[in-house]
Amino acid sequence: MKPIKTLMAAAALAAAAFTAVPASAQDDPAPAQYAAALKDKRVLMVPMAMGFDLAQGWAAILKHEVEAFGGSFETRDPNWSVEAGAQAITEAISSDPKPDVLIVMSPDLNSYSKLMKRAQKEGIYVLLIDNPANFKADAYLGSDWTELGRLEARAVIDGCSESASKKIGLVQGDQVNATSLFQYAGIMDVLKDHPDFEVVAKPDSNWDATTSRNVTTTMLQQHPDLCGIIDFWDGDATGAAAAIRDAGMQDQVFLVTTGGGEKTADCDRIADGTYGAVVMTELAQESYNMVTIIKYLLQSGQAPGTSSPYIYTLLHATTKDNLRPDSCWDLKALQAMAGN
Amino acid sequence: MGPLQGLSIEIMNQERIVLIAAILIFGAAAFGLPGFLTAANLIAIVRSIAVLGILALGMSVVIIGRGIDLSMVAVMAMSVAWYLQLLGDAMPDSSAFALVVGGVLAIGLVNGFLIAYAEVPAIFVTLASSSFVFGYVRSQLIPSDAVPVPDGHWVEILGGVRYFGVPVEVYLFIVLAVMVFLFLRFTKWGRYVYYAGDNPVAARNIGIPVRPMLVLRYMLSALTAFIAGLLTAASLHSINTRVVNSTLLYDIVLVAVIGGIGLSGGKGGVRNVLVGAALIGIMLNAMTIIDIPLLYQNLIKSTILLAAIIVDGLLNPRDEQTAQQGDI
Repeated sequence: MKPIKTLMAAAALAAAAFTAVPASAQDDPAPAQYAAALKDKRVLMVPMAMGFDLAQGWAAILKHEVEAFGGSFETRDPNWSVEAGAQAITEAISSDPKPDVLIVMSPDLNSYSKLMKRAQKEGIYVLLIDNPANFKADAYLGSDWTELGRLEARAVIDGCSESASKKIGLVQGDQVNATSLFQYAGIMDVLKDHPDFEVVAKPDSNWDATTSRNVTTTMLQQHPDLCGIIDFWDGDATGAAAAIRDAGMQDQVFLVTTGGGEKTADCDRIADGTYGAVVMTELAQESYNMVTIIKYLLQSGQAPGTSSPYIYTLLHATTKDNLRPDSCWDLKALQAMAGN
Repeated sequence: MGPLQGLSIEIMNQERIVLIAAILIFGAAAFGLPGFLTAANLIAIVRSIAVLGILALGMSVVIIGRGIDLSMVAVMAMSVAWYLQLLGDAMPDSSAFALVVGGVLAIGLVNGFLIAYAEVPAIFVTLASSSFVFGYVRSQLIPSDAVPVPDGHWVEILGGVRYFGVPVEVYLFIVLAVMVFLFLRFTKWGRYVYYAGDNPVAARNIGIPVRPMLVLRYMLSALTAFIAGLLTAASLHSINTRVVNSTLLYDIVLVAVIGGIGLSGGKGGVRNVLVGAALIGIMLNAMTIIDIPLLYQNLIKSTILLAAIIVDGLLNPRDEQTAQQGDI
């Protein structure tokens, strides 16, 4: 199967090269080649769920772009269920026609590795987004989570600069998701150069806001002189924020978290002082990176699994001081653009 | 369970075992963990289990009547998410509230009707309605998992209400506990819940309206879930429907069962819920102070649930004559 495809692709390229030579300036063959390579291609995205800002942002931009080049874009919503996600990928692999590009947000390092390998074997390009996994994807697009952790640590160190206390607390996600593990590693990497800072507690929230609130309440009572907290996701950091607000410690505790940079989730909360700093992903850039890679792969003629580059999105810690009107993106505006 | 064998069952019922366990853990934590025995931490413990306790109160009334309501967490999250979404879409508060309360009661009504009159086992009905409520609201009525409370809305203000430094949900938990206690203990209808749970056929034969009352219980549990959801949103300033996928539902059953409310129905009361909630609250708080990772916390919690169910099975053996119908 594979050699035939490669041969056909090569033949197509050769034919394209031949026709390209005699073409005059008025008759640019590139648009036709581009259209031929991309038209009617199926792009399928399987995030961990469709119900949160990042997934909806990616989907809005991808839908807009993919449909613009004549392809079709679909999403599946496993609603945070690992099994449902696995089923969606399995169905995609056995469907007819198969998707040409599969975009997967993996819930952990290993669950989908075998399935994604199978997809590549079946001739589907697999892009891994946001969550790293033990798998050589055709590209990983998303955050460098270790670096993200470093940025969070530096933000909390800055936030604590005027405080006498150098005690910080972490509200981790869980102990299986790569984003949580790598964030922790990044934070510790920075803190080892700042021996005056001490991590006094590092409970897990299991990505749940109520749990985050309860553990943060306990943390603040155990360490009333805490100067900063890093919560590993803005989806549950509302809980840590509630605990700080309830304790009346908004002025004392500098809360750092990370998120997709959606306006109501992040920028509005920075503006009202709920979060001291949010390390954000540039969602639009990340989504357009996906678009670029999709366009590249579909024209490359290379077999799936040939190369596996890492396309990290630029990260930056946004605080009240560097908050701009365009620091965040607006989900409603994006969805209006995509017409959904 | 060594000491169990030496003591007569009348003295060592499950509620007392759990109470003793709670006191022991409390004593050990007070002695060994700095900062545990402070007013602020004790308030935090009660607060951390207030919402869970309120849900468990609703669940326990259903369980005592020999049923179970697995749709509580879905109703809790989705009703409030829908309410907040309606507010976000600029619907007047009163009509949004009325609409949502109506929806909540309708779910309870349908649950109760299917169980009482169509005689479908409660576990299947409420499992299905849980999925339905989540799926319908999530796909048709709200665009995202998380729905924020509008700025300055009374739900947000409610979350900040304190009397003597104690958050409002603690008072609500106490008020609801007293109300459920009075209902179960001193009203005719409350006593009927026990009769219907202990032996539905006999209860029906002596003229108790078993079926309408069953419907009423599921409507009550749905309403309780809505109150719990409002309190959650009040505290967090938003509601995240992901909670439906969490272990909260099992925690509710855990609190009820561990306190000694037998799943076979007809036994237990508000005191059992309070004891169960106290044990869970103290345990979780102590484990958080010690900084035990969540994986181990879940392991410890589930081991205790398993132990409680085994003890429940030993101490409250199923009645062979009545264990057939409507049993879960």
